[in-house]
Amino acid sequence: MDRFLSLAAALLQPLLLLAAAPLLAGLVRRIKARLQNRRGAPLLTPYRDLRKLFGKEAVVARTASPLFRAAPYVVFAATLLAAAALPVFSTVLPGARIADAIALIGLLGLARFMLVLAGLDAGTPFGGMGAAREMLVTSFAEPALLLVIFTLAMTTHTTNLAGMADATLGGTTVLRPSYLFALAALLMVGVAECGRIPVDNPATHLELTMIHEGMLLEYSGRHLALMDWAAQLKLLLFAMLTVDLFLPWGLATRADPLALLLALPLLALKLALLAALLAVSETVLAKMRVFRVPGYLTLAFLLALLGLLSHVILEAAL
Amino acid sequence: MSLAALPLLDQAVLVLAAMALFSAFALLAQSRLLAAIHVFAWQGLLVAAVAALMGAASGDVNLYVSAAITLALKVLLIPWMLHRLLRRLALERQADPLAHPALTLLAAAAIVVFADWVAAPVAQFEHSATRNVIAISLAVVLLGLLMMVVRRQALAQVLGFMAMENGLLLAAVASTHGMPLVVELGVAFDVLVAMVLFGVFFLQIKDSIDSLDVDRLSQLSASIEQDEEPEPRP
Repeated sequence: MDRFLSLAAALLQPLLLLAAAPLLAGLVRRIKARLQNRRGAPLLTPYRDLRKLFGKEAVVARTASPLFRAAPYVVFAATLLAAAALPVFSTVLPGARIADAIALIGLLGLARFMLVLAGLDAGTPFGGMGAAREMLVTSFAEPALLLVIFTLAMTTHTTNLAGMADATLGGTTVLRPSYLFALAALLMVGVAECGRIPVDNPATHLELTMIHEGMLLEYSGRHLALMDWAAQLKLLLFAMLTVDLFLPWGLATRADPLALLLALPLLALKLALLAALLAVSETVLAKMRVFRVPGYLTLAFLLALLGLLSHVILEAAL
Repeated sequence: MSLAALPLLDQAVLVLAAMALFSAFALLAQSRLLAAIHVFAWQGLLVAAVAALMGAASGDVNLYVSAAITLALKVLLIPWMLHRLLRRLALERQADPLAHPALTLLAAAAIVVFADWVAAPVAQFEHSATRNVIAISLAVVLLGLLMMVVRRQALAQVLGFMAMENGLLLAAVASTHGMPLVVELGVAFDVLVAMVLFGVFFLQIKDSIDSLDVDRLSQLSASIEQDEEPEPRP
């Protein structure tokens, strides 16, 4: 029975994330609208958008190669696979053993690589511009993300996400300067990776400064639906990563039905708080010029590096 | 001994020291003078908070006094004076970008590693729980020095000098529970007098070369005039 339960929970995790991803995007949009004194679209609008797009015909440019058709499926599958590795309810489920942080960054890298190729494939100037900018952002964001993982791995002695959450849950509560820096760096990198303000504006494709939307301009129908869904899933993935690494309290450390059930509302609360934080920061910040983005990401990298150094200086040599 | 075994106050001191190190980086990278003054004030506040926390941990009244002096001088008085000076020199919007930002930040990170290496033997012989702050404060001192080297604006260089003093105070407070009060008062007034003198100097420099860019001090005044007003062609 216990085995069956944990297997079911492990299979349920990615499906739950997949189902919740549009809701999180809708929630962020809704809070943002309220902060700007608008009524905002209903929470379920992203679901309706997806359904509408899935029902429409997919138009492909004459110049596009087969890669253009394959890219949405690869991007979606890689993002889903990365999300499947994250511990959602519990740290002891069967899937926890493959939840390696470096593999997760690799899967996200694969998704991004295909997205960039697809952006270049149709041969439109906006696609190429978006692709070039995406690579610019990535080349700064990915090292910072890896440094965050290394900082945490030095304290927890593992790169397994479930193991990291377990180590934080198991030990006594300690104020660690390195975690503080790593958290700040992860939030900054997450904003850049998910294409949110101040790096990119997800609400419009009418700006000349667009990054993510620029690569999607040629997509329509089910292809666009998959790409949009993958982007929403990525936002949820980064929120979950923040929760798992820095606020794991509430995750079940045993496969026991009550603990699994209790983990869910607490997780929803934490995600809602992160969504509110994102909405507030998107409301008070203005989008920055593209050429300022490397400076922003250098700050994130510096924070992650300081996290690493402060671990070595202040925590390890004690 | 692991971090978890330390009392909460000492853990908070470590966190604040790490944040002071970050503020030293922020000061180094901040190109706008007005924002740099604000960062300097925040750094002073962090050091004052470390002093107050160490005072709470050890029950030493001297540390509260030095926290109060730091708060009054480094957080309020000196930033206010710099602010007034900036307005008087009409430099509020002046930015002094680094010539090689990436290189400077790499050098700064290398300095932190170097400071840790230098402080390692010192830290071994100490018994205080927060002895590792010595490395951090040495790094803050050296970063202030680096700031004086890489910046061209005289006002930014003064900020670097003041940040060095913050680092010294951090070392004194966190590792040896503070300097004797007489020394502390002497240093505090030294810094204050230095600030006043710097102010007078700035006005003089501004008067004679019409800028606070110290690189231009190495040119002869005749050549400066030539730079600005090319001779009319006959």
